[in-house]
Amino acid sequence: MEQFFQQLTNGLAVGGIYALIALGYTMVYGVLKLINFAHGDLFTFGAYLGLTLLTSLALHKHLGPFLGVLLLAVMTMGLVGVMGIILDRVAYRPLRESPRLSAVVSALGASIFLQNTVMLIYGARFQVYPQNILPKIVINLFGLPIPLMRVLILLTSVVMMAALYFFIQKTKIGTAIRAAAIDQGAARLMGINVDQVIMIVFLVGPALGGAAGLMVGLYYGQINFTMGWVYGLKAFTAAILGGIGNIPGAMVGGILLGVIEALGAAYISIAWKDGIAFLVLILILIVRPTGLLGERVAEKI
Amino acid sequence: MKDKRIIIYGILAVALFCSPFFLNHYWVDVLNSVGLYAILGLSLNLIVGHAGLFNLGHAAFYAVGAYTAAILNTTFHIPILWLLPACGLTAGLFAVVIARPIIHLRGDYLCIVTIGIGEIVRIALINDVFGITGGANGIFGIARPELFGFKIRKPQEFFYLIWFFVAVTVFFFNRLEQSRFGRALNYLRDDEVAAEGSGINTAHYKLAAFVLGAVWAGMVGNIFAAKMTIISPESFSFWESVLMFTLIILGGSGSIPGVLLGAFLVAGLPEVFRGFAGARMLLFGGAMVAMMIFRTQGILPPRARTFPIDAVAEEAR
Repeated sequence: MEQFFQQLTNGLAVGGIYALIALGYTMVYGVLKLINFAHGDLFTFGAYLGLTLLTSLALHKHLGPFLGVLLLAVMTMGLVGVMGIILDRVAYRPLRESPRLSAVVSALGASIFLQNTVMLIYGARFQVYPQNILPKIVINLFGLPIPLMRVLILLTSVVMMAALYFFIQKTKIGTAIRAAAIDQGAARLMGINVDQVIMIVFLVGPALGGAAGLMVGLYYGQINFTMGWVYGLKAFTAAILGGIGNIPGAMVGGILLGVIEALGAAYISIAWKDGIAFLVLILILIVRPTGLLGERVAEKI
Repeated sequence: MKDKRIIIYGILAVALFCSPFFLNHYWVDVLNSVGLYAILGLSLNLIVGHAGLFNLGHAAFYAVGAYTAAILNTTFHIPILWLLPACGLTAGLFAVVIARPIIHLRGDYLCIVTIGIGEIVRIALINDVFGITGGANGIFGIARPELFGFKIRKPQEFFYLIWFFVAVTVFFFNRLEQSRFGRALNYLRDDEVAAEGSGINTAHYKLAAFVLGAVWAGMVGNIFAAKMTIISPESFSFWESVLMFTLIILGGSGSIPGVLLGAFLVAGLPEVFRGFAGARMLLFGGAMVAMMIFRTQGILPPRARTFPIDAVAEEAR
């Protein structure tokens, strides 16, 4: 039983990270109907930029561990968000009116480009996060020893998701984003600056991905330039699982995928861990072709 | 106009035919992998370019074909080229089983499912499923192919085997494009609802295109296994599927000359950039973005079908 709860909490933490990355996929898809394959590599950039800022500024030494990491996260998110906007300007904006598959190939090219940029700057070897940033506290939850790190990651991702949900549902910009996702042309006619909406989406999505990268660095302690492929693919799976374009769907899909994977690795087979995630996805899509929370849209005639 | 194109393609074909006499082993080998990518690209082109199905897991069928050839060859010592139909059959059966329940999924959902299938197949191969795939090391000791008592060993000899297969593929897919089947696929790609309204059984045609593409990829798997004599799961990663997909869109989806050119770009560009060492893939990624921005339709997009007026009038009479 203890093993079950350990795996469950671990799955929830990893699922929170998947959900944060999945939000970036789903937001971009919602507005542009484009799978941003380079999103996983922006996440990698988040992890590496976080490491650089961490070692060069050493904020946690001046400001205390928690405030230091918080400030670090804000800086990383800002930088990765700006990278997202640049990515859109260079690789996607010229292709707005072109066939969708061309934009997909451009996204794949951008992904290769970013991944190799990380490799050329930081080298191909694993980079290690310093281990003593956050105090290693193990808290006792109903008699279960659970690392504080795990709880913090889940809490942070839930707070971020709640903030995003509030932003999308309650603010004026959020309403504009939702309107642009439903019908870009009509939104433009209603006086919404769609280009600005797209810019905001490319700021917020990658910023959340960058935060997820920092979390992975802090949680696992080591990062690699190729990790964006794996995490990106998982997060994309999570976004589809919940119904792509649907923001609560990405959150549910991410958490669910993390839990399924952790439990599958513990009880079925660790070697089949990645396979289980995809198998569950396929089974769910056979039953619900538009994902868990995806709406059944009639094809336009 | 049409004659001019035929002359250009003819000259290129002759130049390619003679090229092994002037090139060293290394470059002939590069041309061999261009040939393999060309056949894979043409088979995926039927699915992506003609039927408009978003398949990013084509390496799975390639893998099934290659492993069928390797397993049957190493355990029962059947000459590898005799196994071509068997490889196509297993890959095709696998595609039927897999695609049947998922073929109705909309664009991007189909994309992630095919990625998932590709990954599941790769993981299954690494985990030595049924104890016959040799795990992460793969299978080695596959016999060289033999044709009329002549053993094919050198890259130059493989060059003619592979490019003969390319020529057969080009001929076959060209005929298919011109047929009723090809027109039906294009119709359902451009407007599925209208196609269904005109009496095209869209589910049937989509499945047929998917399976036919898979059969062809399975046969390429056989030739790949024969060429390498050693295969491992790494050769069938997501990256391979991405390359096959990319070469179609870069060259011009739905166009045979475009796909052939795309194969040259995808297999050839990394060789051209080799001088830049570490930055080679960086340039490759940048080139992908740039080519899409400047040639959105691909470099050689398909031409619209033309039917001469008199032929139509003849039919109407």
